Amino acid sequence: MEIEEVKDREEREPEELLHIEHLSVSFEQYQGGMEKGDLQVIRDLNVTIRKGEITAVVGASGSGKSLLAHAVLGILPYNATRRGKINYRGQELTQEREAKLRGREIVLVPQSIGFLDPLMKIGPQIRKGKKDKASRKRVDAILKGYSLKPEVGELYPFELSGGMNRRVLVSTALMETPRLVIADEPTPGLEMKLARRVMEHFRELADQGAGVLLITHDLELAMETADWIVVFYGGTTLEEARASDFQEEKLLRHPYTRALWRAMPQNGFAAIPGTQPYAAHMPTGCPFGPRCSRCTEECLQPVPWKEIRGGRVRCAHTEE
Amino acid sequence: MKGYGIWVGRKVVRMLLLLVGVSIAAFVLVSVSPVDPLQTNVGQVALGSMSQEQIAKLEEYWGVGESPLKRYLSWAGDFVRGDMGVSLLYRQEVSHVIGVKLKNSLWLMAAAWVLSGVVGFILGIVAGWNQGRWPDKLIKGYSLLIASTPAFWLALVLLMVFAVWLGWLPVGLSVPIGVEASGVTLWDRVRHGILPALTLSITGVSNIALHTREKMIEVMESDYMLFARARGESVWAMVKNHVLRNISLPALTLQFGSISEIFGGSVLVEQIFSYPGLGQAAVTAGLGSDVPLLLGITIISAAIVFGGNLAANLLYGIIDPRIRRGAAKQ
Repeated sequence: MEIEEVKDREEREPEELLHIEHLSVSFEQYQGGMEKGDLQVIRDLNVTIRKGEITAVVGASGSGKSLLAHAVLGILPYNATRRGKINYRGQELTQEREAKLRGREIVLVPQSIGFLDPLMKIGPQIRKGKKDKASRKRVDAILKGYSLKPEVGELYPFELSGGMNRRVLVSTALMETPRLVIADEPTPGLEMKLARRVMEHFRELADQGAGVLLITHDLELAMETADWIVVFYGGTTLEEARASDFQEEKLLRHPYTRALWRAMPQNGFAAIPGTQPYAAHMPTGCPFGPRCSRCTEECLQPVPWKEIRGGRVRCAHTEE
Repeated sequence: MKGYGIWVGRKVVRMLLLLVGVSIAAFVLVSVSPVDPLQTNVGQVALGSMSQEQIAKLEEYWGVGESPLKRYLSWAGDFVRGDMGVSLLYRQEVSHVIGVKLKNSLWLMAAAWVLSGVVGFILGIVAGWNQGRWPDKLIKGYSLLIASTPAFWLALVLLMVFAVWLGWLPVGLSVPIGVEASGVTLWDRVRHGILPALTLSITGVSNIALHTREKMIEVMESDYMLFARARGESVWAMVKNHVLRNISLPALTLQFGSISEIFGGSVLVEQIFSYPGLGQAAVTAGLGSDVPLLLGITIISAAIVFGGNLAANLLYGIIDPRIRRGAAKQ
């Protein structure tokens, strides 16, 4: 009876691990003098993370990508407000649930060694200061899994070599069994070969059944390793596409995504004029509108998020 | 390890140079001071009733006619050989005078040092953790207020409240008046030390608290604290694992560095409480042109302060793995 119940639950378990809908994040700020204002950094964002798959959120610097990670983990600064809906494993992810799950089921892999305490040895750091035998054994096993010697646990962060850094950072996620791994820019400034190796670690985690949210500005790397690519611009999502859609320009749905595609060296290296608008000066409609050649009246109003050809897009002009 | 030895050696040489410099500076200041040792120590009236020979004898005793360079060199020559000379005012070996006075001052300063360090550290952490909220505002306000309050004024206020109005504690000195040395109890000594020690602690707290707060805010805003939160570490785990670790190093440096401030403060505070310590002896020696005693005290104080800073440097190297292991690797 019990076994059947468990089985039943597993079957009912949705493929969607994390479903973010209409997420917005704003900061309370003083704007010159004592006047308080709201700075909206993320607005109407939609992302879905599926079990066993890597979803890459790709966007330029300053588009608010890291805040997405912080919003899911519930570690936004105190002056930030989060609105919208985040569902995790079919249930709403409330702040209480976040507090319970972060570090256990939902883990963050930070972008650099600077996120480790400079004065704490690697081993204790991976096991969060716990001293029991089981934790120690687990750390040794994790290190071994990344072909790191147990002695690495006795080193301080500054003593790690560049190659060890990445593996240690991923190791921090494995103290418990994560279901959702959030990797915030895990490959900054890494050469392609090393970056690919880092991505292999995330692929392994996905193969073990975890969902991976990969936040990056490296479209090329995302195309190679992710299953889904979500294009992030001006604090919102413009397109959600399968990585395979990026093989051909015509499979892509949003003018910005197409512009990104054409900007890649192998596809013509063509840049478009203009820059991403600053959060305080974001247009009401499509954030890409001011730079888009196809911008019309419709684009000046909020554009709905719609499903087209197996992906999703926020554009008034995309046809089936 | 060899590099470490050279580093320590360098520090010691620097300390010796500093001591030479400090002694010269102190000597020059006394030499150019307008205070006439004879008038100050013997008195106008007494001088008037003395014969020429007597005055000449006294002048020789205070070294009035000698050239300053000769006086300094003769003092330095003796000092290097381990003879600190005889105090002109106390008519005792300088080393003996300093020994007695230092013993009085030392526990006073030690109590103030420990108390201000511990309280300041805790206040700093609490303020930094609650940055911008009321506990922070309260602690910051208090610290700034105290930091801008002169130590002697605070001493006078405490003296007025606790010794004069409430009468709980003695007005001054380190032992009760009119009691034989053998009859002085430990409690007597403690009671006389409370107010000066308290004054020194209160003024010392603000500096440590403000610096610790600053460092604490830095820690709170660090990436590793953000990551600790992301990993679901409890508040206590974060404090234990990251805050204390990262904040004790600067606090330690600060604590040893604050020895100089406590030392400086003790001069004023001892003067107000008529507490017969090193600080008061320094004032007496300076005003009375007691050059050997003044130079002796100057050298000893400078050595203690320098020793405190050196200890902080050394401890930093021992505790901080980035320095310790980094040096070992080279």
